Amino acid sequence: MRELICIVCPRGCHMQVDDSLNVTGNFCPRGAAYAKAELTHPTRVVTSTVRIAGAAYPRCPVKTAAPVPREKIFEVMDAIGRVTLTAPVKVGQTVIDDVCGTGVAVVAARELL
Amino acid sequence: MYELIVVGGGPAGLAAACAAWENGLRRILIVERDRDLGGILNQCIHNGFGLTWFKEELTGPEYAHRFIEMLAKTGVEVRTDTMVLDVTPDLQVHMTGPATGYKIERAKSVILAMGCRERTRGAIGIPGTRPAGVYTAGAAQRYVNVEGWLPGKRVVILGSGDIGLIMARRMTLEGAKVLACVEVMPYSGGLTRNIVQCLQDFDIPLYLSHTVTEIRGKDRVEQVVVSRVDESRRPIPGTEMVFDCDTLLLSVGLIPENELTERAGVVMDPRTKGALVYENMETSVPGIFTCGNVTHVHDLVDFVSAESRRAGAAAAKYVLHGPAAGEYIALKNGFGVSCTVPQRVRPQNVEKSFNVFFRVNRIFGKSEIVVSAGERELCRFKRDRLAPGEMENITVPVKLLEGVAGEITVEIREV
Ligand SMILES: Cc1cc2nc3c(=O)[nH]c(=O)nc-3n(C[C@H](O)[C@H](O)[C@H](O)COP(=O)(O)OP(=O)(O)OC[C@H]3O[C@@H](n4cnc5c(N)ncnc54)[C@H](O)[C@@H]3O)c2cc1C
Ligand code: SF4
Repeated sequence: MRELICIVCPRGCHMQVDDSLNVTGNFCPRGAAYAKAELTHPTRVVTSTVRIAGAAYPRCPVKTAAPVPREKIFEVMDAIGRVTLTAPVKVGQTVIDDVCGTGVAVVAARELL
Repeated sequence: MYELIVVGGGPAGLAAACAAWENGLRRILIVERDRDLGGILNQCIHNGFGLTWFKEELTGPEYAHRFIEMLAKTGVEVRTDTMVLDVTPDLQVHMTGPATGYKIERAKSVILAMGCRERTRGAIGIPGTRPAGVYTAGAAQRYVNVEGWLPGKRVVILGSGDIGLIMARRMTLEGAKVLACVEVMPYSGGLTRNIVQCLQDFDIPLYLSHTVTEIRGKDRVEQVVVSRVDESRRPIPGTEMVFDCDTLLLSVGLIPENELTERAGVVMDPRTKGALVYENMETSVPGIFTCGNVTHVHDLVDFVSAESRRAGAAAAKYVLHGPAAGEYIALKNGFGVSCTVPQRVRPQNVEKSFNVFFRVNRIFGKSEIVVSAGERELCRFKRDRLAPGEMENITVPVKLLEGVAGEITVEIREV
């Protein structure tokens, strides 16, 4: 039996997971999915910023469109650090197609005109 | 003459204005002092917003964007770069900005949604020198996320509130070394999920029941001294640890920004440090409503949106149908409860049920939240765990208040 705190949303459910990966204590199904992934292969959504030219601010927030393997976080940060966008940028616009071979895109998270 | 003026264009002001529009008001103005709408969300680039409201996990700017798009579909007027200086009890709103100069607008109702600001070092008085390199965590968040520069390389964080935790991860990802997160209380003030994904993921130690007892350095921070504290939060001599660092971030709490509210003559609640409100977010001054972090500090923006929609709908009802009627029942804080919002409920003004937000004053295990009127128990709600860092929310059916007068009590019973 393992105790695990769900980090999928701010509710932070305290979950119990048994040896055959049965999950209890989760308020919603996302918790069970998270617990299974966390004990087999932990992943995280990475959020950061990229440089942007021609906007009111020098940085545009971005995120990975899906969680990436936790051990790749710093590699993903490096890739994000090499990007410079040019305004205008729309929410959801692709910034990197497939970041570090994860199959996951990095997308813009703010509209900057 | 406006039907409604909303002060502040953060998530609270945006949701309130949208709801007022949907409920029939047509002359609505939002006044925002910043360049953009969205409030503090624009600098909260991490994800975790919107799971309750949109059933999706969004970053702060994305969450704000959804509401800005909703607002664009209405005829609500927006004045950015404009600061509200005063709201009078007869609902004149004084404002100033480059586009309009000093201007007084009159309104039939006003919603105060100014958010909150961070406690600063002065407010907690750390001994030592006064070098550069001491920032509030929220200021550092703005520097990194919006302006694009890193305020330091070796960092100690005082306070384990959410902003501090989020910044521990953010500074780490940007290449800084976060040496420690120091919390004076025996528990963290932040959400559990942030302890896991911001500290544990990066092996950043959390020192509970510790505080910063000295800041050293001539021009720039060079060292901070951290000591263990006893039960009454006094530093214990001989427990000092010295950290070599160039930056100290303070995440020691938020205070609702209520100067305008107080000057408008609104009755305040010293515990929430916000206005005392009725079930519909109306204050003691007729026609003035308040919602979001200016009313009480929220951890989840989803609840801000829900509360603010109620304020917007109530302002519309006030303008179109006149003031709310009926005697009120006061909500008292029982054992374990540090403050509730609302503080007063008028059963006549509630259709089915009303929400009560509150915080507990320590950590509780399996417990029940009990609402009672004198000896009579009205309802109870089970919880597996309660913590001061996580705001609680209960929904009470109004029919339970039949025959109740005076006051009801909300308390915690551990089982
Ligand atoms: C660092 C941080 C991390 C957070 N993380 C999360 C999270 O992970 N998940 C989550 O759900 N929630 C999170 N929250 C909480 C959420 O962001 C807040 O609860 C929410 O932003 C509060 O909205 P608000 O509109 O009340 O205040 P704000 O967003 O502060 O907006 C207030 C607005 O009023 C304007 N204003 C103030 N005074 C005046 C004036 N006199 N004239 C004109 N305009 C004025 C300000 O410029 C501002 O735009 C976080 C908050 C912070 C600070
Ligand atoms: S189980 Fe569901 S509700 Fe609970 S923290 Fe996880 S995502 Fe949130």
